[in-house]
Amino acid sequence: MSTETLEKPVVKEAEPLFSKRRKKFVTDPLNDDNPVTVQVLGICSALAVTVKMQPTLVMAIAVTLVIVFSNLLISLMRTLIPNRVRIIVQLAVVATLVTLVSEVLKAYAFDMYKVLGAYVGLIITNCIVMGRLEAFALANKPYDSMLDGLGSGLGYSWIILAVAFFRELFGSASIFDFKVFAAMGLDFPTNGLMVDPIGAFMILGLIIWVQRTKNGYVEH
Amino acid sequence: MRQSNAYVLLFSGVMTIILGGALSLASVGLKPAQTKQIELDTKKKILGAVMDISNLETGEEVLALYDKRFKSVVVDINGNPVEKDAKGNPLVAEKIDIQKNHKVDKEVKNYPVFMFLDENDSSKVIAYVFPMFGSGLWDWISGYMALDGDLNTIKGVAFDHKSETPGLGARITTPEIQGRYVGKEIFENGDLVSVTMVKGESGKPQDAHHVDGMSGATLTGKGVNAMLENYLSSYTAFIKKQKSASGQSAMAF
Repeated sequence: MSTETLEKPVVKEAEPLFSKRRKKFVTDPLNDDNPVTVQVLGICSALAVTVKMQPTLVMAIAVTLVIVFSNLLISLMRTLIPNRVRIIVQLAVVATLVTLVSEVLKAYAFDMYKVLGAYVGLIITNCIVMGRLEAFALANKPYDSMLDGLGSGLGYSWIILAVAFFRELFGSASIFDFKVFAAMGLDFPTNGLMVDPIGAFMILGLIIWVQRTKNGYVEH
Repeated sequence: MRQSNAYVLLFSGVMTIILGGALSLASVGLKPAQTKQIELDTKKKILGAVMDISNLETGEEVLALYDKRFKSVVVDINGNPVEKDAKGNPLVAEKIDIQKNHKVDKEVKNYPVFMFLDENDSSKVIAYVFPMFGSGLWDWISGYMALDGDLNTIKGVAFDHKSETPGLGARITTPEIQGRYVGKEIFENGDLVSVTMVKGESGKPQDAHHVDGMSGATLTGKGVNAMLENYLSSYTAFIKKQKSASGQSAMAF
């Protein structure tokens, strides 16, 4: 046996925690691959909860937490999940996390719970969550999956917060319930259209327009 | 192996047990905090019908004020006090879920009454608060109506709703709309006439039994009218009893 000719086992260098590849997981969904404006997912909740900034912020945090932890859990189980029932397994994990979020809100932020009501439960149907599980967590390691989930969650969050900013500013003349125009001494007429979901559609459309013009993204 | 039926069943079973267990634990663990929040929410609404509580910051302050200024009683359709529920457990007015209670037949329903006491003389009732529940345009609406000590003049109302249209029907929660009810009267010559929200928003003051409508939210207005009519008629027996009692002597409760 000529052991000398055997190649030495290549010692893989541990990837830095925030390597270039991993940073991309977080930064890509913020702009170039945004789940809302580019993949056009999660539109329903982007319309429904963006009347005011505060509930929107709670929703953004809730969705981000759910994506991160469902990605982590599914990724941990990825070698165990039988292929035939993987969708229902994902659904069960997401539903459990969403119910937990909803129960915690009910216990510690009852006013928010009342405002968001059914929409927290509807995070289950947010395509971004299931989309990331199917596309990423089932085939990647836990840490990478968490970063990927964080990226998608933040990408979703900044879009709905931007929509909510304009809707609350023009629809209710306030930001986080602070009356901006009244504080400046201006009598600003509020726009009822912005309180309606139609207002969210228009603002979302404008954001997509600006973003695609800047990035030169074209749908094929 | 990962594709065999036995494995799929085993996996699903274990997963269900783990996830179900986690949820049960969370539910049991969070229950006390949730009950407290719901209680606080109810008491805030009751207080909100008789006074401005926006200056109270913590939940403890709200609860302390409530305990000091309110006492409650549960009555039946004939205005007689009820002390125990069908199972013989003591009834607490604050614990009655008005949404669940709403579905109970009108004749056998328990009706909570919250009495707002004078700041210095706790035997004197200066306002009565009646909870009510009904249907708006899209989903439920609810309210607390406070009547002055004369049990006729409205001291204040606090409406809530689940999903009335923002900017239209959802305006029932605003001080602007609720303020329109203050000072209105529900009885005329001893008969209940309730207070009706008219169709259309004229901006003009209405008579003692009508309030100005909400433009674009006529159906929510109709829901509010039906809710007031429905519950006030159920409370009429209690109100009349209370009135005649106060004519003769101090409150019996």
